[in-house]
Amino acid sequence: MSFLDQTARGFLMTELVKGFTLTLKYMFKPKVTINYPFEKGPISPRFRGEHALRRYPNGEERCIACKLCEAICPAQAITIEAEPRDDGSRRTTRYDIDMTKCIYCGLCQEACPVDAIVEGPNFEFATETREELYYNKQKLLDNGDRWEAQIAANLEADAPYR
Amino acid sequence: MPKLTIDGMEVTVEPGTSIIQAAEQLGIEVPRFCYHDKLSVPANCRMCLVEVEKSPKPVASCAMPCADGMNVFTKSPLAQKARKGVMEMLLVNHPLDCPICDQGGECDLQDQAVAYGFDRSRYREEKRAVKDKELGPLVKTVMTRCIHCTRCVRFGDEIAGVDDMGVLNRGEHLEIGTYVEQMVNSELSGNLIDVCPVGALTSKPYAFTARPWELRKVDSLDVFDAVGSNIRIDTRGGAVMRIQPRLNEEVNEEWISDKVRFSWDGLKQGRLDTPYVRKDGKLQPASWGEAFGAIADRIAGLSGQKMAAVVGDTADCEAIVALKDLMTALGCNAFECRTDGAQFDTAVPAGWLFNTTIAGLEDADAILLVGTNPRTEAALVNARIRKTWLAKRIKIGLIGAQCDLNYPVKYLGAGAETLEELAAGKGAFAEVLKGAKNPVIILGMGALRRADGMAIHALARKVAETYNMVREDWNGFNLLHTAASRVGALMLGFTGGNLEKMPSAQMLYLLDCDDVPADKIGKDTFVIYQGHHGDKAAARADVILPGAAYTEKNATYVNTEGRVQTARQAVFPPGEAREDWKIIRALSELLAKTLPYDDIVQVRARLAAVNPAFAEVNQPLKAEWKPFGAEGKADKAPFAVAVENFYQTDSVTRASKTMAACTASFVANATPAKTGT
Repeated sequence: MSFLDQTARGFLMTELVKGFTLTLKYMFKPKVTINYPFEKGPISPRFRGEHALRRYPNGEERCIACKLCEAICPAQAITIEAEPRDDGSRRTTRYDIDMTKCIYCGLCQEACPVDAIVEGPNFEFATETREELYYNKQKLLDNGDRWEAQIAANLEADAPYR
Repeated sequence: MPKLTIDGMEVTVEPGTSIIQAAEQLGIEVPRFCYHDKLSVPANCRMCLVEVEKSPKPVASCAMPCADGMNVFTKSPLAQKARKGVMEMLLVNHPLDCPICDQGGECDLQDQAVAYGFDRSRYREEKRAVKDKELGPLVKTVMTRCIHCTRCVRFGDEIAGVDDMGVLNRGEHLEIGTYVEQMVNSELSGNLIDVCPVGALTSKPYAFTARPWELRKVDSLDVFDAVGSNIRIDTRGGAVMRIQPRLNEEVNEEWISDKVRFSWDGLKQGRLDTPYVRKDGKLQPASWGEAFGAIADRIAGLSGQKMAAVVGDTADCEAIVALKDLMTALGCNAFECRTDGAQFDTAVPAGWLFNTTIAGLEDADAILLVGTNPRTEAALVNARIRKTWLAKRIKIGLIGAQCDLNYPVKYLGAGAETLEELAAGKGAFAEVLKGAKNPVIILGMGALRRADGMAIHALARKVAETYNMVREDWNGFNLLHTAASRVGALMLGFTGGNLEKMPSAQMLYLLDCDDVPADKIGKDTFVIYQGHHGDKAAARADVILPGAAYTEKNATYVNTEGRVQTARQAVFPPGEAREDWKIIRALSELLAKTLPYDDIVQVRARLAAVNPAFAEVNQPLKAEWKPFGAEGKADKAPFAVAVENFYQTDSVTRASKTMAACTASFVANATPAKTGT
């Protein structure tokens, strides 16, 4: 019985037809791949990408040098030094993140009491040298300025679930 | 002896013990803010409430003495509910600024809010704000954080003896402050930072620079006076971040002076980090080999008789013994440690020790201060005298320069005449000393830094003997030193050389010594300076060997009581600088007089071999009473002031910016400096 069955299928090429039918069906469906550098996939508001230091709307930097992110960082990627600024407020003189050490766990932004350090939506920060991945305070603040609109929108979108 | 039960455990305590102390004996933690075991008990924070059987209300355990048959519950629902209520009320007006508060991470309020408080606030109204006070260059205030425990007020009143701080107004308007805006002018003001349970009083020089969890803590000793205060050095990444007191009831209790606490920034300024050799009249950086070579060339063929060695105020015993061994091997016999020119009999240890011991001062009932201002020379000895005065209202007499002490003093006279009168059993204070059971004399360097020092020393001994100060069970004769190295050097016999003969020496070895007067160094003398700061003497040196400061070496120091204590290395010396005894050991090899020790254990064995007292760590030296001093005519000149400026006494404190700010605020001008208004 099975011999007949197999032989009949072999001659009639039903498997081949089935396969091609499926292929043909997908030819008329919308594409799932995207043209990456020009098109990008959707990401969650909680996406943990490149770090940024945010500012208040009046331009004042948010970070108050409490060092909680430095303390919680499991990879010990953050280095902070602080001293009183001329107006007596507590500010960092140095805020470095070694992005080669960072494991993108997001604990720094969880620890931050003023939403200063955040992991933004940017994931395209590959570099050609390691040195470029040692971020300093200026780089992080620039990131914050560049991505602020999106970061603020993401934080707002995620706020009800926190 | 009341016997009571706390949380089901029975304990028998001394009469008068409070419940909180009894609980502490059992290892039961009762939360508290206002209670401090060195201060009086106001019972105003109410955090230590506990339940006592048959008491209708919870009881403040810090103020309630134990009674026989009491049954106390510290963890019952009633006690817990009471504490939660108290904590909620304390937090009503406390700002939520822990992230920018320097106390964060070591804050009593933070810890106890987590342990005993609610997890959220029900308070929705406005919080109150209080204006900050200006307390000077050391203590920073954020008065909004204050929870009105009044520890600072009580510390000022009781320990420091400056009643500048107080409580103003009532209820919602209650504030801690100075009545008239002024700085807290006390040599112990830094301790306000430690007693404050919240972040209302914090350290100004340390502000915002580090968090407690980042710091590595090393037990060490202070070297800026002869008390030998026990300290803890907090370091981060190879730099000293702050200095805190360490509990030692025998020496400093749990206080340290401001000079000890805040002079660490001097360790980062003006350091010698490479050897220097004088070439063509100018000091030029050199390698260790070149520096040692220059020394070897210069002293080749030089007779040991023409050499001299002097140790300064902060040298450690290891370096002193190594230097003495080396110089002795070279044939030198001119050693001196009394760089301030003090003259006293070095042969009898009882004559140059603080025999009563610092803790022993609490048993004294009459104190005679001679040529000393303990407040500037040894702030913690002064605190102990004040503690004794506060407890027993003892009579205290002063001979010497008038000074501002924080307890009432009967001023007897300015100089040796008054002391002679007293030795003869005459004078106003004689009756007091005769009537006292445990009289004490404290002889300071102000009375001995003069040509007739030996006569004054003998005179003081006579006073001690006249008033029966030295007995089997009591020794009331004390010499108060001002230098941390002095007693150690005397115990090692690093003395006997005459400073007056120094100018004729061909070679002079200065170890951590900046205070030799320029005229005591001959014009053609070859000067080797070993030390850590480019201070006064380094400029005169022909060869500079960079040594380690007190935070950078494992070292032994002996305090004015003869108490041998060891300090541990907290950070590494900068650049090419090395531990002092190692430098001397390396030099000895080059001079073909190799010293027989290679590590710190062997050096300490050598210390113990020279003087067995070095084997007895942390014990005051017991010395046999023998006649000392030399009979002679005492000069009529008044006694001098030993320490002119409390804040700047050596190369480290002179390099410190904080100490310079203190000098500007508290010393240079007697009128209060500009404050916040």
